[in-house]
Amino acid sequence: MLPIPYRVIGRHVETRDSVTLDLEPVREQLPPFRPGQFTMLYARGVGEIAISISGDASRADGILTQTIRDVGAVSHALHALTPGEVLGARGPFGTGWRFDSAYGREVVIVAGGVGLAPLRPVLIEAINGRADHPRTVLIAGARTPSEFLFREQLDSWASIPGLEVVLTIDQPAQDWAGPVGFVTEPLSRLQLRPGSTTAFLCGPEPMMRFSAAVLIGRGMAEKDIRISVERNMKCGVGLCGHCQLGPLLVCRDGPVVDYALARPLLAVREL
Amino acid sequence: MTSAEQFSEFAPFQRLTPTQREAVAQLARPVDFTAGSRLFEEGQDAVGCWLIQVGQVALSTEVPGRGQVVVQTLGPGEVLGWSWLVPPHQWQFTATAPGPVSAMELDTARLLALAEHEPAMGYPLALGFCEILLTRLQSARARLLDLYANPRER
Ligand SMILES: Cc1cc2nc3c(=O)[nH]c(=O)nc-3n(C[C@H](O)[C@H](O)[C@H](O)COP(=O)(O)OP(=O)(O)OC[C@H]3O[C@@H](n4cnc5c(N)ncnc54)[C@H](O)[C@@H]3O)c2cc1C
Ligand code: FES
Repeated sequence: MLPIPYRVIGRHVETRDSVTLDLEPVREQLPPFRPGQFTMLYARGVGEIAISISGDASRADGILTQTIRDVGAVSHALHALTPGEVLGARGPFGTGWRFDSAYGREVVIVAGGVGLAPLRPVLIEAINGRADHPRTVLIAGARTPSEFLFREQLDSWASIPGLEVVLTIDQPAQDWAGPVGFVTEPLSRLQLRPGSTTAFLCGPEPMMRFSAAVLIGRGMAEKDIRISVERNMKCGVGLCGHCQLGPLLVCRDGPVVDYALARPLLAVREL
Repeated sequence: MTSAEQFSEFAPFQRLTPTQREAVAQLARPVDFTAGSRLFEEGQDAVGCWLIQVGQVALSTEVPGRGQVVVQTLGPGEVLGWSWLVPPHQWQFTATAPGPVSAMELDTARLLALAEHEPAMGYPLALGFCEILLTRLQSARARLLDLYANPRER
């Protein structure tokens, strides 16, 4: 499968190292996405990496919204693209969050750092379908106040009835009047109805493990916790074995997996 | 809701029997703090423990050049104040209410006496306090990992 050209039509600076790009198909477009799926984005002459969809998955105009953090060669090249420039995209790949299976249940979303990007489509869906869920809670953690992605949107979401937004920071900051602490702290004091709640976690792996441990300690079943795991990708279509995690190929069987399946695999040290 | 029932929402008291919880409730009084007020100050004798019901409390310490730095905040359902439990019984941080706070304040001198006099109550109480301390320690360790840092900067 060859990358399809997409043109950058919007570039929004989120934080000092992250941008959100709006990408318009130059000719043909990729099939529609589900929240939690990803593309392989190709920066010409540099390489290709997995990047999640971070925008509204229900939009029909073919525009892809993706958020990129500059951490290395390829992400740096993608991060540096400006409106008018072209990149290549393949996809959609991977499982999604299967948010529809949480119909009628309470929803707890825990996001850390750039882990908020793949969860934004879930939040958009949760907000649009609020009537389907008795309660939606978002707990988002960042290192400092200026490192939250989608900050303006987070602030506006906080005023939506039925949506509880808790933003917490790891490192003390002068310009911050909100909570200071790791995401597990607001999580452990949340009024929780374990049997009728589904949790969606995304962030650094230890953050997801610690958060899942809190939820399990509070009576939630592993099968009601979903996490998005990251492994380096190459083909994206289950052929090269690059993204193997135990018996799973993360590009095909993930990135979103039930914690019941993921927990024993995450405990295994990387080779 | 009686205050004995309210106690069951706070981890240290969840292992207590209803009768034991009733005994602890006798040692509590409701208190309100206005925005900006200090609940206690670093270095002072540590007396009292607060079960936060409404609002947020910030724990801070003075760092030269940075002023009062907030190291942690506590919210509804959380317990503030441990230093009364162990020597030298002095507050290690300053606790401030950035906004209005409502809490139940415990008479810790009487609580300690009660726990020592009645180990059948002291033990589950100590275990409950231990549980929260462990949760806080683990969260502090998770923050030490600086998990959200850009891998370039590690
Ligand atoms: C399914 C999936 C979805 C993803 N979605 C996004 C997304 O929406 N936005 C985004 O910015 N990134 C996302 N990523 C991560 C991105 O694909 C990787 O960070 C990629 O390796 C970056 O390539 P690079 O060439 O820029 O840097 P590399 O040279 O691959 O990495 C540079 C340095 O960063 C370290 N590193 C890379 N990725 C991570 C990580 N995730 N955590 C900790 N350290 C890391 C590497 O070990 C290396 O030291 C996703 C990954 C997967 C598997
Ligand atoms: S990236 Fe090739 S098998 Fe998953």
